[in-house]
Amino acid sequence: MADLITYREAVAAGIAQEMRRDETVVCLGEDIGAAEGVFKTAAGLFTEFGPERVWDTPISEQAIVGAAMGAAMTGLRPVAEIMFSDFLACCWDYVANEIPKMRYMTGGQVTVPLVVRTANGGGLGFGAQHSQAVENWPFAVPGLKIAAPSTPADMVGLMAAAIRSDDPVLVFEHKSLFASKGDPPPSGDHVVPLGAAEVRRPGGDVTLVALASTVPTAMAAAEQLAADGVDAEVIDLRCLIPLDARTVLGSVARTSRLVIVEENPYQGGWGGTVASIVAEEAFYDLDAPIRRVASACVPLPFAANLEQAVVPTADRVATTVREVMDA
Amino acid sequence: MTVVAEEPKVEELLELYERMALIRATEKAAFDLFMAGLVKGTTHLANGQEAVAVGASAALEPDDYVFATYRGHHHAIARGASPEACLAELMSRATGLCGAKGGSMHLTVADHNMLGSYAIVGAHLPIACGAAWSAKLRGTSQVAVAFFGDGATNIGAFHEALNLAAVWKLPVLFVCENNLYMEYTSIKTVTAVAQPAAGRAPAYQLPAEVIDGNDVVAVQRAVAAAAARARAGDGPTVIEALTYRHHGHSRTDPGKYRPQEEVDAWLKRDPLLVLAERLRDRGVDQPAIDAADTRAREQVAAAVEAAKAAPPPDEATAFTDVWADGGAQWRT
Ligand SMILES: Cc1ncc(C[n+]2csc(CCOP(=O)(O)OP(=O)(O)O)c2C)c(N)n1
Repeated sequence: MADLITYREAVAAGIAQEMRRDETVVCLGEDIGAAEGVFKTAAGLFTEFGPERVWDTPISEQAIVGAAMGAAMTGLRPVAEIMFSDFLACCWDYVANEIPKMRYMTGGQVTVPLVVRTANGGGLGFGAQHSQAVENWPFAVPGLKIAAPSTPADMVGLMAAAIRSDDPVLVFEHKSLFASKGDPPPSGDHVVPLGAAEVRRPGGDVTLVALASTVPTAMAAAEQLAADGVDAEVIDLRCLIPLDARTVLGSVARTSRLVIVEENPYQGGWGGTVASIVAEEAFYDLDAPIRRVASACVPLPFAANLEQAVVPTADRVATTVREVMDA
Repeated sequence: MTVVAEEPKVEELLELYERMALIRATEKAAFDLFMAGLVKGTTHLANGQEAVAVGASAALEPDDYVFATYRGHHHAIARGASPEACLAELMSRATGLCGAKGGSMHLTVADHNMLGSYAIVGAHLPIACGAAWSAKLRGTSQVAVAFFGDGATNIGAFHEALNLAAVWKLPVLFVCENNLYMEYTSIKTVTAVAQPAAGRAPAYQLPAEVIDGNDVVAVQRAVAAAAARARAGDGPTVIEALTYRHHGHSRTDPGKYRPQEEVDAWLKRDPLLVLAERLRDRGVDQPAIDAADTRAREQVAAAVEAAKAAPPPDEATAFTDVWADGGAQWRT
């Protein structure tokens, strides 16, 4: 059994795997060269691939994502880093208007095969402008794909799939998971297809749908519930687009109960879409109302105990599930 | 690439003239079709600015990249789009350049490396940097050219792009079509720098030149020299071409905010008139010039008929080209 690897190491491992395989893969971003990224998620890339493939940029989010787009349109597969996902707002034009619409507006003439990867969410005490979970922002934009891995092996496999994708993909790396450890990916090239959810814990009483940071939260809640005799199934969506609704619907057909656990705010969160799909297509499978455990509609506070009051916690998920079981 | 030091040959000048006449006629047709209710949405005509597109194209290689704005009919045609495909696109026909999914503001001819018309002001300058960066990494001698308006120089992306291009020494040309106005507001009144593009280039240590954008030969020369520098590895250049749009900003704008003397003075400097005079000076007789005009008008008249006869796009195509697999399916 190989040694466990960290989620942060998996980011660089996934990129390196693809850079070795395909010389058109290039990286750009702030401090990603010799400094190896502020979260050390680019560790080893500059040393192995050099300045011709790993480019330090100025603090110019528009130029970073815009240049990645131009490079993607002309034969490269750029992997752009936006240091903190909150900063996507600084290059939102590229994310919302330029990249996702290009294939469509040109009638298929121009494609944009790029990856924008970014550190998302809370947990490290960076305060509101560096901590929000914003995967729901691009979720509202047709033309983007969105991956948000929860384990190191998935990080490698989804990063690989994102880089190989001919569609633009945003990869959300969750800050609270960077230090977490997990099994390394299987040997050889590891690719996890975009849009395939994974059942992390099978169960028959209730379906918990989670993503990235909320996967361990849901798993912890499932352990608490198991002690009460409630058998929760935990689904790790892994991607928001494509969305594996089939796995969710199949699970709900067996469990008849659904609780969605998301870190982005309830208002406009992706869980609303999952809930509406299940309400539209599987209403008669349900024995209880669908519930969502999401972050409160406040900026993410700094103090850890305040943050815990705002984001989904295992306790809150377990409480919600108990309410659903009693319904 | 040729650096145009001496006067171009008469035949070349005639070709440039005919290409400008083709753009002029296509845009006149677009205007008429709009008035007839056959073009929806809006159009931003480039009448008066043809020399920038045609002069630049004449100085570029076929595989160089070009990025335009929503006022981009002239660039699409200069880079090889047919008037028929452009007009069909404006008229929402299946034969349109982008299958009628782009429209007037998004003309794109990827086959000719004209990689789009961008309606978010200034957005394409960083994208052009990316194309130039890619050319550099792939080891080709391609350059990328971003055409943009004076108004775009006050957008953050302009500054991010110029700096990135400078520090990465990218083979990119920033060509500002300074037509003195944004939409309805004079650029002067909202800009602290007299030459909105060229005046800022020195801050990024970039060479810059202000040129007569209504003189197709002046444009060709400046772009050829800048492209040669870029291909030699000497990095980007800012070119500010002074020009004027004959119409208002868009279809609904009569352009009344412009002093009549100003309009009259620029109409006298219409790039087609300027080039016709140059041709006459070079011994070309008026009938030869008129013949070029006539050929352009006839080609466009045929294009209008063909576009009118073309069918609307199949409704099913609304759901294609979102993803690489051709479809629009976002969930399973
Ligand atoms: C980011 C952005 N802000 C505002 C607009 C609305 N708008 C469209 S064209 C225009 C004026 C642009 O002027 P300029 O760059 O000088 O180009 P010109 O129309 O003169 O060719 C404005 C404000 C826009 N399309 N994009």
